[in-house]
Amino acid sequence: MADVYLDYNASAPVRPEAQRAIAEALLHAHGNPSSTHAFGAAARAALARARKQVADGLGAAPDCVVFTSGATEANNTVLRQVTRGAPLPDVHLVTCATEHPAVLEEARALASEGCQVTILPVERDGRLDLERFAAALTPRTRLASVMWANNETGVIQPIAELARRAAAQGVPFHTDAVQALGKLPLALATLPVDYASFSAHKLGGPKGVGALYVRAGAELAPLLRGGSQERGRRPGTENVPGIAGFGAACAVARAELEESQSRHAGLRAQLWAGIHNALPDAVRNGAPEHTLAHTLNVSFPGASGEALVEALDLEGIAVATGAACHAGSTEPSHVLSAMGLPAALGSCAIRFSLGPGIDAAAIARVVGVLPGVVARVRQARAA
Amino acid sequence: MSERWLVAMSGGVDSSVAAALLARAGHEIVGVTMDLGEGSARDFVPRSAKKCCGLPDAEDARDVARTLGIRHYTANYRDEFRAAVIEPFAAEYAAGRTPIPCIACNRVLKFDLLLRRAEALGARGVATGHYARIAPAPDGGLGLFRPRDREKDQTYFLFDLPRATLERVAFPLGDLEKREVRALARELGLVTAEKPESQGICFIPDGDVRAALARLRPDSSPAPGPITAADGSELGTHAGAVGYTPGQRRGLGLSGGPWYVREVRPDENRLIVARADALAARSVLLRDASWLDGAPPTGPVRVAVRHRHKSVLAEVRAEPACALEICFATPVWAPAPGQAAVVYDEADDRLLGGGWITGARA
Repeated sequence: MADVYLDYNASAPVRPEAQRAIAEALLHAHGNPSSTHAFGAAARAALARARKQVADGLGAAPDCVVFTSGATEANNTVLRQVTRGAPLPDVHLVTCATEHPAVLEEARALASEGCQVTILPVERDGRLDLERFAAALTPRTRLASVMWANNETGVIQPIAELARRAAAQGVPFHTDAVQALGKLPLALATLPVDYASFSAHKLGGPKGVGALYVRAGAELAPLLRGGSQERGRRPGTENVPGIAGFGAACAVARAELEESQSRHAGLRAQLWAGIHNALPDAVRNGAPEHTLAHTLNVSFPGASGEALVEALDLEGIAVATGAACHAGSTEPSHVLSAMGLPAALGSCAIRFSLGPGIDAAAIARVVGVLPGVVARVRQARAA
Repeated sequence: MSERWLVAMSGGVDSSVAAALLARAGHEIVGVTMDLGEGSARDFVPRSAKKCCGLPDAEDARDVARTLGIRHYTANYRDEFRAAVIEPFAAEYAAGRTPIPCIACNRVLKFDLLLRRAEALGARGVATGHYARIAPAPDGGLGLFRPRDREKDQTYFLFDLPRATLERVAFPLGDLEKREVRALARELGLVTAEKPESQGICFIPDGDVRAALARLRPDSSPAPGPITAADGSELGTHAGAVGYTPGQRRGLGLSGGPWYVREVRPDENRLIVARADALAARSVLLRDASWLDGAPPTGPVRVAVRHRHKSVLAEVRAEPACALEICFATPVWAPAPGQAAVVYDEADDRLLGGGWITGARA
């Protein structure tokens, strides 16, 4: 029986178009984009094409796109720059309890260095309350950072409204938009968003490459030093093959966006209906009307999420608990606990995230296997 | 017949080879490394390129799993380890006893929680790298026996496994010598082949029990107290009675020695010391005894009162007040309350059970 990969939010298979673009760059764009000669020019052309493709995916001008090693670097760069030019105790930062560690850990590091950091709670549905957000902003707030869509639950934040509230108080606004790119229509040029972080491998590009959107006119202090690449905003020779793959993945995701959104919504409905029918006590986490179409987070009361992931893996079905530490042991989900889920429900949650490789037959196989696996894991725990 | 087995892979050479042997026998192996928090801290080293996440042993286990071509997972049992092993360990010391945490770790973590994990994963049972053997007992059921390599014998740490558990446990190293295990690991190219033996208590990697106790129970900070002889005469002071163990000679700082700890009285913060000959015990009293055959053995048996103790001939007597007494044919030196008295058959081969020492009689 064919394996079923339902962990697209962790990483997606590299799209054939991206594979070709990477191979093309490796074969024909090996020059350094900073070099004068024709080989440098070929690499520059590959970069420019990819920058346009990514910018189109963001709904922004190419000049606003700064390529990075990934979203973690992009997030760190934006958060770290708030410390420039002001005494740390005067620096205030607002973020949210369900952020990715690439934001949350950097925010906590800044707090330990003396900055004031407000980590806002979310509502039961995983969304930030707009009034609470606005009330947290002060004249000393140097940055507000809220993720566009959550990696564990798929919950979409009201980014346009949040960005407007921040702009109204003169506060720069950043969003970790990793899970939104290729999954939601983005039009950054039309929003008062100053910074946004992206990663290539979540939408079928290669790992190790990402981008930071910087609104025209917004400041950006580079995190690294050592060159004037990316117009002085990110030094270091560009990862041309990776960036080319990123661009190609953006282009194909953009072309398929509408079709894939409705396709995923249908498949997810099939998945949830199958789970709900077989296991009526299963609990869906995150407001369904505000969730990415391809993400489903479900708690199976009485079963350990960690054991469920392993048991499904042995059946050839790849899913995830919320957050795995690098060594592979499961941490309690800070996202679900921030949503007010009791620890007992948080520890039995698993995430299904769909992508281009998933069809109705794959979902049917999961729905067929899942009840038996859940029953076995529950029974073993209760024994 | 090929079965799915869960192998508890600590990241050491023994469990690596246990997994390899079962895989070689044609079984489908799922390696699981338990993330025990402080219990996984033994080999903690500063982050470097190879050892990345504070669980270097789990990384070694993963490496072995890759070499063997088997699945491997890391499972979070930090809370369970703390509750079932670390906290009772600290409580035992605070009560003046000398605990042996590996036994609870085996019974609760490896042969209960991990056994349930095996069931959840559709596995036949749990295999480990323990040096012990499971084989038919005289009554036809399964019994637990000493391993071929008596130097590495770990049956002492397994005395209180319920008999039904043996049906779903495998010890693939029971018939091997340690040197054969290392040779197999080398032959298979396992990264753990030359890894040094683990020593002592995994959650106290530096071996400093007293410092660990101060950390684990900061409320009971050690205070100086008297060291007295059995006749009540005061011989000196100690920096805190908790953490001493009967038979201990070092760290007393008394003149006119050698003196040995005979008793720890935490409620009086007092150490009682004695000369060596006063520590000989003719019997020990037991609590919470468990027997693989369901009842205490009658007739002559062999008994060990600590790990690696050369067992002595003895007899188990049921005391009137429901306690059990083990009477030794020859006196045993300094049995410590909190340690286990583990009982073997007269041939000193089959494990019969045992209990926890509450006191000794001279």
